[in-house]
This record gives sequence, structure tokens and C-alpha cells, in this order.
Amino acid sequence: MAARRAAGPAMAVGLSALAFALLDASGQAFWQGLVINLLIFIILTVSLNLTSGFTGVFSLGQIGFMALGAYASAILTLPLREKAAFLPDLPSWLAGVHLDWSVGPLPVGFLVATLIAGGLVSVIAWPVGRVLMRLSGHFVAVATLGFLVIVRVILFNADGFTRGSRTFSNVTQYTNLWWAGLWALVVVYVVWRIKRSTYGREMLAQREDRVAAQAIGIRVMEPRLLAFVVGAFFAGVAGSLYAHFITSFSPTVFYFDLTFRVITMLVVGGMGSVSGSIVGAVAIVALGEALRRVEDATLLYGLSSIVLAAMFLVVITVRRGGLLGEREIPLDRLFLRRDRTADQSP
Amino acid sequence: MLELTGVEIRYGNIRAVRDVSLTVGQGELITLIGSNGAGKTTTLRSISGLLRASAGRIMFEGEDITRAPTDRIVAMGISHCPEGRRIFGSLTVGENLRLGAVTRADRRAVAKDLGEVLEIFPVLEQRLGQAGGTLSGGEQQMLAIGRALMSRPRLLLLDEPSLGLAPLMVERIFATIAELKRQGLTILLVEQNVHHALDVADRAYVMETGRMSLEGPAHVLRRDPRVEQAYLGGGEVRA
Repeated sequence: MAARRAAGPAMAVGLSALAFALLDASGQAFWQGLVINLLIFIILTVSLNLTSGFTGVFSLGQIGFMALGAYASAILTLPLREKAAFLPDLPSWLAGVHLDWSVGPLPVGFLVATLIAGGLVSVIAWPVGRVLMRLSGHFVAVATLGFLVIVRVILFNADGFTRGSRTFSNVTQYTNLWWAGLWALVVVYVVWRIKRSTYGREMLAQREDRVAAQAIGIRVMEPRLLAFVVGAFFAGVAGSLYAHFITSFSPTVFYFDLTFRVITMLVVGGMGSVSGSIVGAVAIVALGEALRRVEDATLLYGLSSIVLAAMFLVVITVRRGGLLGEREIPLDRLFLRRDRTADQSP
Repeated sequence: MLELTGVEIRYGNIRAVRDVSLTVGQGELITLIGSNGAGKTTTLRSISGLLRASAGRIMFEGEDITRAPTDRIVAMGISHCPEGRRIFGSLTVGENLRLGAVTRADRRAVAKDLGEVLEIFPVLEQRLGQAGGTLSGGEQQMLAIGRALMSRPRLLLLDEPSLGLAPLMVERIFATIAELKRQGLTILLVEQNVHHALDVADRAYVMETGRMSLEGPAHVLRRDPRVEQAYLGGGEVRA
């Protein structure tokens, strides 16, 4: 039974791995880039789903965590020579750090930098969450938006660490299909497990009816804070992957535009559905890419942003739950169902 | 077992409940009746910690719980089955029930209690994997009571369990309440269905505009002309 349940998801993972291998071998840099981009968006959307979708605490600050993760890991892996040239004011304990170790072909330093970035972001998220998770509804949205603005201002002004408004560049391009794919798998698996756990049920319960949840003894704060901190960790991971993918960036990247894009993916896919977040990310990335080509052909620049925003509006007015609501695509029953129909046949 | 003394609860500047005192003894079934807005639900919520009393004291088994957080109050043995059922519609019946035991650590005992709750409400057993929101009103009420029982309470606070249910279902819910009492559970029941409530209760309190106006044994209050006049339909003695 358990093996059969695992068969569906295992097949999905296997097929994805096969597709990655083919894409990797094809040398099609454009498509590889697109897929890596998509995988990073999947991580962001799934992490936001944990933070906001499961708990109903609408956070607009997720991209702020991503930005912190991106800068933190990029500083850690930046080669020493570049560090001396671009970030001369770095404190001495950081100036000598260069996480470039590798075991065989595996860049362990990058993995460590990503984990440190995620951990650091979580440590920041904890006190922020302690304060903000008391709030509900619109107040949280405004407060987390404030957090995003604060992060941006700090990134602009802490130029000893970030080069301020100037581009942070020369980051080694560690992120490839495999790294992005592996992290996406980890994030999806962990968040899916959380949804099925007692903590996940507590999150969904207090989202649905706070008073009823309290009445049966659920501490509203705890599941919310857990979702916020774990969601922030994964947003930090996404930031690290992003930094080591595009290799140069500035604080302006991590702002409303990206926030809105990820929220659209979440809402289109369905708040509360992990597979919905994947579907939403795929749909929006594909649509964005298609529209970009239309823009190029028709010279109607900005079309994709308008369509994206319109789509968001249509979903929240016509189909509140998004494509999947909070249901999941029943991959785990893929092979169970076939058996059942076989049993019924004479 | 439970003792409220001089409890006052405010919503902002408005005093919703003032100087409310009541006691519930071990094994008793006490009902709190009164018209809409009299402060019954507010009083119940202050016991389970969902609302804070601005004055007065609430004691449970010798411990002051006036300012205790709800999860501790639940863990101490008070379970609140809220008005309007408030089940988690998108979660399954089984998940709803298991969430009722969220304050407990002993998984084996929880599994055993789940079996007992399903024995009391066999209809829930057939619906374990179904979303709570797809249940009928009566089934939802059973689920709400079942969920409240999953924390293994010694005192059950029931808020309007018969609200909006078909007459037949009301009978079944009250039969269940009587059965729970027979099994030794202490119950504080808030009801608008005064007739039924006085039938099953040992003692009753009557609330009017935020204060206690009457109290006494249920069978005495049933014949009290003031209660008959106000709640039992103009003095007619109904069968």
C-alpha cells in the first residue's frame, strides 16, 4: 500500500529527472534558463503557500526574505579577489570567507552558503513573525509590506555589504537544473508533509475559524509562526539559487514586481494546495514567456504585466480558490485507482 | 468544580455581562438560559478563555483560570463546543476529530477515544474521510460535540447545540447530552430551547440583559411563572 502510494510521486520525480537530463544534454541554454527560473518560482510560491496559503496570514514580505537570502549567500561564495575589489568595507570576519569547497564535482560550499542563507533568514523571520503574526487580515498584509520596504532600504544603504544601489555582480553561477530541481523537490516534499501533519491541520483549522480553533485548544500563534519561519527559510534558499543563477543583481529586483508575480502564482494555483502552487507557477511562467514573444512581435510592451494583473483579478473575483482550491493532485493514488477498477471488472 | 464569582465582561466600553456568579458541581448538568443577547455565550466564552473577564474570578477545580490561555484551559479539562458548530469545513471529519485532541500527547489514548466518540456518533464513522462541510446540520453538530469530546474534558461547555436543527435531530442531540451526563460528564449547557434544556438539566440559571435573574433546580424553574411567561410560551404548560 505504502509502496503503491509512493509510486505516483516517484514516477513524477523520475520523469522530471529524465526531462532534466535530456534538457541538460541538449545544451539549449535558453530553455535551461527558463526551467531554472520556473523551479525558483515554484520554490517561492510553495514557500509563500506555507506562510500565507495554509495559515491565511497574507504576507507580502516573502520577497524581502528572498532578497536577504540572495545577498547573504552571494557574499559567502564571492571569490576573495572580487570581494576585495567590490566590497572593500566588509568586516574582516566576512572578508576572508570564500565558500568554494567542492567534493568531486559537487560545490559543497554553495550548498553550505545556501543553508546558512536560509538559516539566517529564518533567524530574522522569527522575531518579525512574533510581532506580526498576532495581527490578522489586512493588518498583516500592510505590516509585511512594511517589512519588504525596510529590507529594501537596508539593502540600499548597507553598501558595505551590498554595494548599495550598484549591481552586485561576479557571483559564481553554481545554480543549474539539478540544484534548482533538487531544492524544489525538497521544498515541495517538506511543505506537503507539513500540510499532512498535525501542525498543518492546525494551520488550516485556525485559518478557517480562529475562534473554533482556539476553543479546542489550538495555539494560533504557534502554527502561524512555524509557517512563517519555515516559509522564510525556503524563500532564503530561493534567493540563494537566484543569486547564483543570474550572477548579478541589485536591490530593485526584489520588490513589488516579483512579489506580485509570486502572489499571482499562488492565487491562480490555489491557496493551500501544494500541487496548485506548482501548477500556478508553471502557468504564469509559460504565459509570461508566451506574452513576451507577443510583445516583441507587436511592440505592445507591458502587455504581459497587464494580462497577469487581469488574470489575478479574474481569479479572485470568479474563482476565489484558484485552479485547485486547497485540494491536491492525487498523484499518490495514481496506481491505487487503476487497481480498484481492475478489481471491479468481472 | 467550576465557580464564577462576580464576573464582568466588557466589549470595549459596553458591559456585556456584569456580576455573574454560578457554580457547577461534579457530575452536574447545569443549563444557562435566557433570551438573545442576555450574555450567555459571552459568559461561556469567558470560562474557556476566549474572552477575558474584566472583573471577578473563575475557578476550576480549585485553580484560578480567570487569566489562563485557552489551550491551558482545554488541557486542564474544559472543552468548549461553540455556538453555530464551527467545524472546519474543508478538513475531513477524521481530521476535525483528531484536531479536538490537539492538546493531548498520548496517541494511543487518543485513538481509543476516537473509537468511543464514533460509538456515540456512529454516523460519523461512515463519513470519516469526507469534508466536514459536506455534512448535514445535525451531523455537523454531532461532529462539533465529538470534536469537543476528543480533548477528554471533565467539563463540557455546550453552546446552543440545538440551534437550527430539525425537531428530530434536536431530540437526538438532547438524548446524547443526557447520555453523556449519565456517563459522568459534567456539562454546562447554554440553550434557547428552554423546554428541552430544563428537561435534561439538574439546575438552571436564567440570564437577563447581562445579569443573573433566577436560579434553582430545573424542575422548579420549569414551573416558575416568570420562566413560563418569558420562555415557555405564555404560561401554557407544554407536554
